[in-house]
Amino acid sequence: MYSQGLIGADGATHEDAAFLEAFQARIDAELKIEPNDPMPAGYRKTLVRQIAQHAHSEIVGMLPEGNWITRAPTLRRKAALLAKVQDEGGHGLYLYSAAETLGVSREELVDQLLSGKAKYSSIFNYPAITWADIGTIGWLVDGAAIMNQIPLCRCSFGPYARAMIRVCKEESFHQRQGYEIMLTLSRGSEEQKAMAQDALNRWWWPSLMMFGPHDADSTHSDQSMAWKIKRFTNDELRQKFIDATVPQAEFLGLTMPDPDMKWNEEKGGYDHGEIDWDEFWRVVKGDGICNRDRMKARRKAHDDNAWVREAALAYADKAAARETAVAAE
Amino acid sequence: MTEKNTPLWEVFIRARNGLSHKHVGSLHAVDSEMALQAARDVYTRRGEGQSVWVVRSSDIVASDPSEKEVMFEPTGSKIYRHPTFYDIPEDVGHM
Repeated sequence: MYSQGLIGADGATHEDAAFLEAFQARIDAELKIEPNDPMPAGYRKTLVRQIAQHAHSEIVGMLPEGNWITRAPTLRRKAALLAKVQDEGGHGLYLYSAAETLGVSREELVDQLLSGKAKYSSIFNYPAITWADIGTIGWLVDGAAIMNQIPLCRCSFGPYARAMIRVCKEESFHQRQGYEIMLTLSRGSEEQKAMAQDALNRWWWPSLMMFGPHDADSTHSDQSMAWKIKRFTNDELRQKFIDATVPQAEFLGLTMPDPDMKWNEEKGGYDHGEIDWDEFWRVVKGDGICNRDRMKARRKAHDDNAWVREAALAYADKAAARETAVAAE
Repeated sequence: MTEKNTPLWEVFIRARNGLSHKHVGSLHAVDSEMALQAARDVYTRRGEGQSVWVVRSSDIVASDPSEKEVMFEPTGSKIYRHPTFYDIPEDVGHM
């Protein structure tokens, strides 16, 4: 499960001061906002955008892992991966439902993804080349997602918070199955250990980018924090993730691909090297290794399955017509 | 695309006997049979339920949030509906 620091949100809103103040007072009192409650247009817009990006990330996130289901090394690994990918699909569906409570239809949301108008997490534009990548995705990518999502369980918008609670409950299996794969590889042959290290080398930096730009460059963070959509800043969450992950890598006997990574006694956390933000923006803007492939695969799935949707609807219409006819007799 | 939108359904699950069905979320399906199957797949992947209800969202009649005060305020002022409203001497014991 995979959320990312919100990309390109604009929380601008134009209601009068009294309305905004009353709304902020509700937020400050930790009262949840439910779909039919009055809310500023900017709050609604930010949430639709964030929840939709989150849902799209779940759905696109099924692709790099789904690619490995038929090639999993054992039946145990295959069953676990299949269940994990199915969970990601489920998470996407919870999230689409939460977004729809804000007045946007499923069809519009899917259309925004397929037309390229909506974003999804940049991490899924990297390829899963070896089996160790599947371990690393579970360990790091799901690990980073959990860091992002636990505070979202307390998000001020009720349906989003409730969806996140369900998601977080299911998520810890994902991270554990990934770490277990890494553990097996890192305790295996030299080749397997090298494969694990190589996967860590490739996924570490993109995982750090999942938390979004530095706080100083994250223009719309303040409003999201004030509205309690976000509870921690991008940099705070990134730091938590690094501090939790470095000892896990040590346990595996793997080396973090960052020569500047070192413990900072004073802050009680690890310092890290500079993140390549040019790469981040390149991938967000569509020029990652897999952006085109991912969108092509989603569009193909949508088009190839059009006949199923049409047939199901036609069948339902026919059955309903038959029932009406019988009732009229 | 001129596709018709797929109807929305609300899903209610009874976690185990002795508990009531509780709203867990929603989903899209063309008919009740597919809604039930989808509800099972989306909302009960880890033994969350013993029984599932699906209801077309358009069939739910809801109170108007803008009339919340008219609707619910009267019960707020009727404090005599609560046991603490009545003075009973302590000597009587627990009642």
